[in-house]
Amino acid sequence: MALPKYTEPHYRIWHYIYLTICAAVFFFLIAPLFVIFPLSFNAEEFLSFSDGMKRLDPDAFSLRWYKDMIYGTKNPWGLAAKNSFIIAIFATIGSVILGTVAALGLSSRHMPYKGLIMAVLISPMIVPLIISGVAIFFFMAKAGLAATHTGIVLAHIILGTPFVVITVTATLSGFDHSVTRAAASLGSDPVNTFMKITLPLILPGVISGGLFAFVTSFDEVVVVLFLAGLENTTIPIQMWTGLREQLSPTILAVATCLIILSTLILVTAELLRRRSERLRGINR
Amino acid sequence: MSSETKQILTTDGIPLEVSLKKAEKKNKIKAFLLVAPLLFFLIITYVFPIGDMLFRSVDDKMVTQMLPKTFKAMENWDGQELPDEEVFAAFHEDFIKLVEDKREGKLSTQLNYTKNGFKSIIKKLRRKSKSFEEGNYKEQIMSVHKRWADVEYWRAIQRRAPEFTGQKYLKGMDMYVNEEGKIVSVEEDRRIHRVLWLRTLEIAFFVTVFCFLMAYPIAHLLATLPMKYSNLLMICVLLPFWTSLLVRTASWMILLQQQGIVNDFFVGIGLVADDNRPEMMYNKTGSYVAMTQILLPFMVLPLYSVMKTISPSLMRAGKSLGGTPFVAFWKVYFPLTIPGIGAGCLLVFILAIGYYITPALVGGASGTLISNQIAFHMKSTLDWSFASAMGLMLLSGVLVIYWLYNKIVGIDNIKLG
Repeated sequence: MALPKYTEPHYRIWHYIYLTICAAVFFFLIAPLFVIFPLSFNAEEFLSFSDGMKRLDPDAFSLRWYKDMIYGTKNPWGLAAKNSFIIAIFATIGSVILGTVAALGLSSRHMPYKGLIMAVLISPMIVPLIISGVAIFFFMAKAGLAATHTGIVLAHIILGTPFVVITVTATLSGFDHSVTRAAASLGSDPVNTFMKITLPLILPGVISGGLFAFVTSFDEVVVVLFLAGLENTTIPIQMWTGLREQLSPTILAVATCLIILSTLILVTAELLRRRSERLRGINR
Repeated sequence: MSSETKQILTTDGIPLEVSLKKAEKKNKIKAFLLVAPLLFFLIITYVFPIGDMLFRSVDDKMVTQMLPKTFKAMENWDGQELPDEEVFAAFHEDFIKLVEDKREGKLSTQLNYTKNGFKSIIKKLRRKSKSFEEGNYKEQIMSVHKRWADVEYWRAIQRRAPEFTGQKYLKGMDMYVNEEGKIVSVEEDRRIHRVLWLRTLEIAFFVTVFCFLMAYPIAHLLATLPMKYSNLLMICVLLPFWTSLLVRTASWMILLQQQGIVNDFFVGIGLVADDNRPEMMYNKTGSYVAMTQILLPFMVLPLYSVMKTISPSLMRAGKSLGGTPFVAFWKVYFPLTIPGIGAGCLLVFILAIGYYITPALVGGASGTLISNQIAFHMKSTLDWSFASAMGLMLLSGVLVIYWLYNKIVGIDNIKLG
């Protein structure tokens, strides 16, 4: 953003003020995440930088809290991580299948009542989570699924499908339907056409929808708080309990792991988005 | 003219029009069948339960079913003076049955919602009713406690006769039906819910404003920078977006605590004294700061996607026609970004109005929102019908905003990342 030479001085000043504001906002966005890294290696039990850490004294750093996270006797993180992954994986599979199939129907130009149905399908994303939580809890309690993995997986499918529906319909909006007609005219049945032609082409959209569904489930705490029993504890629930009772550095160790995980997901999602845009011929 | 032309037939001899309609219908059914599994899944597990909330919020059958004979006998009572023996006898009969089923506690909780003071007198009645003699129940019940001889309490019981009630909604707005059947507000110092609604609106509004003020410049920068720089900066927006909400809240708890880094910094630059560190967490400030940072990406992304489509030559044209950069920006660029502003603001506002986790952790008592109250009634007081009523009040507010969103941007235009 170099300024042209003829820029008048007061616009020049304004331009630098603007850049400073932008820098401050970016700092505000990203800096809080980086506080967690160093503090999770704190040798002390405090949640602020010790004098040793400020001097970069190696003795002030340790892996103590990571060990505590993995081997700690009272720590429920192992069970929570296992539950979180199981629930998120099944919820993702469910959301992706239901959401992709529905998106295929929705993007057909023959679909009746498109607007109304779309509104129902993405409503779990619009309705505040607390209300979804109450409603889903009433259903699961009646169906006898409260405090079961199945109940939580179903709840997360409800919350995850809107993301899949939106991303896949967006991908399908640039989809050339003549290729499926070509396949049909060559004698392929619809299922075969879908598996061999449509799916490979919309795969980036499906996967990024799946990533959204995965993150939604993995990070979801409001609905799980209503549904989960002691057996179904998840990472967000443990963090929630930990943050409410006492901020321990072990939570920061877990948080660091979660940031690394979200970085990986971000990179994957970005790569997929770019590939998808290339495939759809959107050049930027 | 069409009657003169011959009907076009397909090879099967069916008129083309009919055949096309048939094919169209088949396609419609096919498309619908694809959507059907998800649609029915959501209707059963999600839409019906929300309807169930509506039902629960007005449902008042419990007391109706607990005192069937009493309410039957009360039908010909005018409510002016104490009811006669018939009502007392019916009440006694119902009550004995409740005591046998050990449900009189529930009755006292329910009646206490209507009028304070029922808890103790029902307990007393249960003890005394064991030694009641047959006949003349009016005298015997009235002798248990003087409140049983107060017509106000009998009117309170009568008010619970209908199977449906809107009183939970009134309670959500700090109103109730008084003895004369009029809707009035509760005393000034007990209006907790109105305070919460206003605070929720206030926090959601200001968080939206802050997000907008912060997001606009950086979205503009991201949209105008060359690709290789903007991609790098985009990570600053997307990484928080993908990071767990609890992780981000945790980092704010570390930053804002009294011995935290922000306070250390303020002390370091001499802004505040070391022994007088301000409370930045467990109050409204905490809610504002944390919610703004957490919701900021939801404002940046729609703004960015709109700004990306605005050609830079428009600004140049504006300037070349004699506008100063500010005029060109205000008259040309800004109006073009309004769809993005609308989308971002409504998205952030809707998310903020239903926020629960962050205010519960960093908001303290003065920074909690209506969602926290709903969760409190779901889990602690177990007054699920009240939680449902407040949830639906919140939902109807959100639906109005959502309707506006649909009018301005259209739901099909929602973009993620």
